[in-house]
Amino acid sequence: MPNITLSINQQSYTLTDLDARTSLLDVCRHHLNLTGSKKGCDHGQCGACTMIVNGRRINSCLSLAIMHEGDEITTIEGIGEPSSLSDIQQAFVDNDAFQCGYCTPGQICSATALFDEIEQRWPSHVSTNLTNPELVDVQEIAERMSGNICRCSAYPNIIKAIQQVMDSRGLSNTLASQGDTEIVANTGAAVNTTAQIDKSTPQIWSPPPSNIHHPAAQNSNSSSNNNPNNTAPSSVGDAQ
Amino acid sequence: MKPFAYERAATPAQAATLGQADNTKFIAGGTNLLDLMKFEIETPLSLVDISRLDLVDIEPTAEGGLRIGAMVSNSDLAAHPEIRQHYPVLARAILAGASGQLRNKASTGGNFLQRTRCYYFYQPDSPCNKREPGSGCPAIGGEHRELAILGTSEACIAQHPSDMAVAMRLLDAEVETLLPTGESRRLTLDELYCLPRATPHIETNLEEGEIITHVILPPPVAGMQTYDKVRDRASYAFALVSCAAIIDVDASGKLNTVRLAFGGIGARPWRDTAVEALLMSSHGEMAAIQQAVDKLLIKANPHPKNAFKLTLTRRLVTQVIQRAIKAAQDPQSPSFAAKDK
Repeated sequence: MPNITLSINQQSYTLTDLDARTSLLDVCRHHLNLTGSKKGCDHGQCGACTMIVNGRRINSCLSLAIMHEGDEITTIEGIGEPSSLSDIQQAFVDNDAFQCGYCTPGQICSATALFDEIEQRWPSHVSTNLTNPELVDVQEIAERMSGNICRCSAYPNIIKAIQQVMDSRGLSNTLASQGDTEIVANTGAAVNTTAQIDKSTPQIWSPPPSNIHHPAAQNSNSSSNNNPNNTAPSSVGDAQ
Repeated sequence: MKPFAYERAATPAQAATLGQADNTKFIAGGTNLLDLMKFEIETPLSLVDISRLDLVDIEPTAEGGLRIGAMVSNSDLAAHPEIRQHYPVLARAILAGASGQLRNKASTGGNFLQRTRCYYFYQPDSPCNKREPGSGCPAIGGEHRELAILGTSEACIAQHPSDMAVAMRLLDAEVETLLPTGESRRLTLDELYCLPRATPHIETNLEEGEIITHVILPPPVAGMQTYDKVRDRASYAFALVSCAAIIDVDASGKLNTVRLAFGGIGARPWRDTAVEALLMSSHGEMAAIQQAVDKLLIKANPHPKNAFKLTLTRRLVTQVIQRAIKAAQDPQSPSFAAKDK
């Protein structure tokens, strides 16, 4: 059984006789009493265990602790304290962005790393322009946060909290003011971006309807609100 | 999870030597391997950690293409300026897969080698010819909605899950490997991946200890590049059907270049150049599209719950071709459809 040293939240921890099978998540929770990171699925599907390693968000449940010697690891305990919340933590409080709170540490860690990805202008699946991605509307936030599941479905307010930090950091979307008709990358359906991006009523993104005509799907072509695949009501924000 | 010995390799050559040992697996991102080890579907006796190998560069080749280190993360590959500008279909395919967290961890080399998400493969107490040769395939006659319709066999109808590999197949990428003997070789993806036939547990032609060190991309191909993925939810789901495409339309509306590769429907990333030939020099008229899709699906072997993929594939190809023609007619169309400069 190996001995390893991990750097977590700028503190050095030495673990002796660690079972090589131990995940980074289990080391933190069971060996180091850093229980802020949560275990949801333990298979990389829910994001509750998200930590930041060398500046990148990862699923700590799908990573062996033994592989992280020499890495800089940040857990939710390293993001902020109750007396000194980080901006995204404060934004979650301001926007009531959680109910049970179990997914929240993962959401916060994920969003913290997301801001860096946006500063580096990484594209996403819903970016219309790969080389110069638009920053950053509701669809973009929903897509970029899709690795974090919230069973209470607090998504509308999670998105609001993230938008609040984007606004305060000057990262927010500039596309909404342009009002061009653009082609959506993944389907080619023409949409009016101004109509779609209304910050006051966050909507969970769902794919635009196909523009290929076939008789059975005539109704679903008429409007995205009639699309059976549209999993969110059209103005979730109003109900809050 | 079964216990295993762990060793971190210092060089690719050392990794290849260590990898020869009985029941040894390389681990890079681990996003699929550890998942499978937790279910005891993978039970290696030893893991060779290759995540720190110095294979993280993306460099130009003499031919005008790119040579990508196998340890480049999926995120870094999709965000790389050369990939975004000259191989947008690859960036799109990677970004259509998994989540931000997984893409940060998953490696380029590992993405090729991820294993099917067939329910029965993932269910250790169920028979599965891929997991336990000769035990049978309950997916045939069972739940197979997500599974493949092309390249399957009586032993296995599992689909290859990767989005990235579909774009790589489209681009004629090759993997460069290092053997324990110290030799290096290059494999096309059709050489890398085996079809299931009677031995679905053998998925690649890689030898014991052979390690993927690089991926070679040929020079970029001009034309509209797109990756369309149909799935059960808008993000973070595997493809039911996906289509990677490069299509170039000349001033008269004639299709100069047509490349189509498919995910979600094949036992491996699927490309059929005979299908592309039927569309080349056509004007993308419906008859030509129908004929091409007929050719693509003529050997399809659908089962009751995944026969919908026939229709879905037909619609997807139609949409991609018609969009390329529309984009060619509209010079204002945005950059996702832009021709390579």
